[in-house]
Amino acid sequence: MDIKSMKNYLYWLYCQFELITCSYLMEPWEKVLFYTFNVSMLVMVAYTAYIFFPVHISTAFQFCLHLFGSQHENTVSVVK
Amino acid sequence: MERPERAAAALGAQPRANGCSGAAHGGLRNGYVRGLPAPDTQINHIVHNGGLYKRPFNEAFEETPMLVAVLTYVGYGVLTLFGYLRDFMRQWKIEKCQNAIEREEQKDFVPLYQDFENFYTRNLYMRIRDTWNRPICSVPGAKVDMMERVSHDYNWTFTYTGRVIKGVINMGSYNYLGFAQNDGTCQQAAAKVLSRYGAGVCSSRQEMGNLDKHEELEKLVARFLGVESAMAYGMGFATNSMNIPALVGKGCLILSDELNHASLVLGARLSGAAIRIFKHNNMQSLEKLLKDAIVHGQPRTRRPWKKILILVEGIYSMEGSIVRLPEVIALKKKYKSYLYLDEAHSIGALGPTGRGVVEYFGLNPEDVDVMMGTFTKSFGAAGGYIGGKKELIDYLRTHSHSAVYATSLSPPVVEQIITSMKCIMGEDGTTFGRECVQQLAENTRYFRRRLKEMGFIIYGNEDSPVVPLMLYMPAKIGAFGREMLKRNIGVVVVGFPATPIIESRARFCLSAAHTKEMLDTALKEINEVGDLLQLKYSRHRLVPLLDRPFDETTYEETED
Repeated sequence: MDIKSMKNYLYWLYCQFELITCSYLMEPWEKVLFYTFNVSMLVMVAYTAYIFFPVHISTAFQFCLHLFGSQHENTVSVVK
Repeated sequence: MERPERAAAALGAQPRANGCSGAAHGGLRNGYVRGLPAPDTQINHIVHNGGLYKRPFNEAFEETPMLVAVLTYVGYGVLTLFGYLRDFMRQWKIEKCQNAIEREEQKDFVPLYQDFENFYTRNLYMRIRDTWNRPICSVPGAKVDMMERVSHDYNWTFTYTGRVIKGVINMGSYNYLGFAQNDGTCQQAAAKVLSRYGAGVCSSRQEMGNLDKHEELEKLVARFLGVESAMAYGMGFATNSMNIPALVGKGCLILSDELNHASLVLGARLSGAAIRIFKHNNMQSLEKLLKDAIVHGQPRTRRPWKKILILVEGIYSMEGSIVRLPEVIALKKKYKSYLYLDEAHSIGALGPTGRGVVEYFGLNPEDVDVMMGTFTKSFGAAGGYIGGKKELIDYLRTHSHSAVYATSLSPPVVEQIITSMKCIMGEDGTTFGRECVQQLAENTRYFRRRLKEMGFIIYGNEDSPVVPLMLYMPAKIGAFGREMLKRNIGVVVVGFPATPIIESRARFCLSAAHTKEMLDTALKEINEVGDLLQLKYSRHRLVPLLDRPFDETTYEETED
């Protein structure tokens, strides 16, 4: 039952997307083109995020550590 | 800056022959109304004055929510991109080109079919074309039968399946008082006249086409409107577009509301007069134009304008708003201009006895110089009329193109108008007409109230039987029309170029023929479709027309 309502909700969401982007009015081949474009953009964004996010986050984390008081540790490590 | 001021003061000092002036100085309701500082000078700005109105004037236009506007533009953006893609494919013969193109031997001529509106028709309108021009095959009363049709090539051509969709609730016809009938007294009378006179007249009014029925109709119309004389024409559109050129010409000025109907716009352009547009129902804008016209006169020569004609409509068919007639009349009197009032939608539909917007506001019909209206809507017939002073009508009889050249009204149509008009006036000995007018007012209030409660954005005046429901997004225009027809309700959806590009809407026209059950069914289905398509945009933040931002008001100018 829950899965069914979830399914309905997703379908409704898809309808809204179709209405807003006007893909509701498109011919099938245009839809294919439109969705291919959208999905490929989405995949690229996701892939980029997957590749670069961890690196960026770890650098940001390092930077934050550097800013807020973990200097001591670092100096110690340098001294050692 | 000094010149206009002095001129305005001089005008203000004249005694105003204005029936409303006593009330005009009373309740100054809003901040726009500011009199001159000295108490002994007469206040010459009476516009937007609550005291002019004898009844509450509730008209609201809710603002378009920002998110909706952005998403609408996104939709148009996607469609436009795909439109360019399709045009590209048509050009390179990848796709079959089905629209009108120049002939091979005329390829290098100036193109006939290649402007933006054509791009729109080809690439945007074509996708939702099935929502318009649906053929009906019964009398367009409260319920209507429609022919089913399908398209196998995405709306470029249609084929009829031969089936009929029966009993569609008709929310689209301008059948305000329910006189579009195929039975009843009107039909019987028209049938009797048809068997006596036949259907066609085969001549114009000036020649052999002037029947006793036409004379009878014109006397009746004059009596109905409360004017000296009236004239009837065979076509409502031509009444406007052919009579305005007869009234004004070169050296005259037309002040036209920005949302005036195409017939008024065409008539104004044909006349050759200078045309200036004021903002919709905005009296500051109108007064500024009037003042400028009087102060500056014609451009370059600076001669005074020969005539100034104000063109307004009673009910605006796309906005559902009612003209601020008391203020327009006050301004017209103050600046000594003429007023042309198009009552196409309001005649029969407004006022306690259906005499239109003049009666609705409790005004004197003599204050309106040219009263124009149509028989196509409330009277369930065809044609238009012009009413006014006897001299005006006599002048038009000899000067108007649609009087001289157009074939006169068909006798059964005339009889339909006469019978329905007498019914509204109560001269048939019943109270049926009166009840229809009341029923329409009731239906209007009920329908508008319920839609508002549901959370739709509804435009216009609360007493106007034209109810625009905002759809905004282009895909929703098509979806709304189709979904409603699926639920057996016929609606009219409107998009660009009839409306601004983002303000697409569905327009319901109420009728006295709608029963409460029909309205309830329609409302239930509208509610359902509204949930399905997410049309309930309203956040109940109403912007009364008065508080809409204006670029400039005359008052600011007179202050410096």
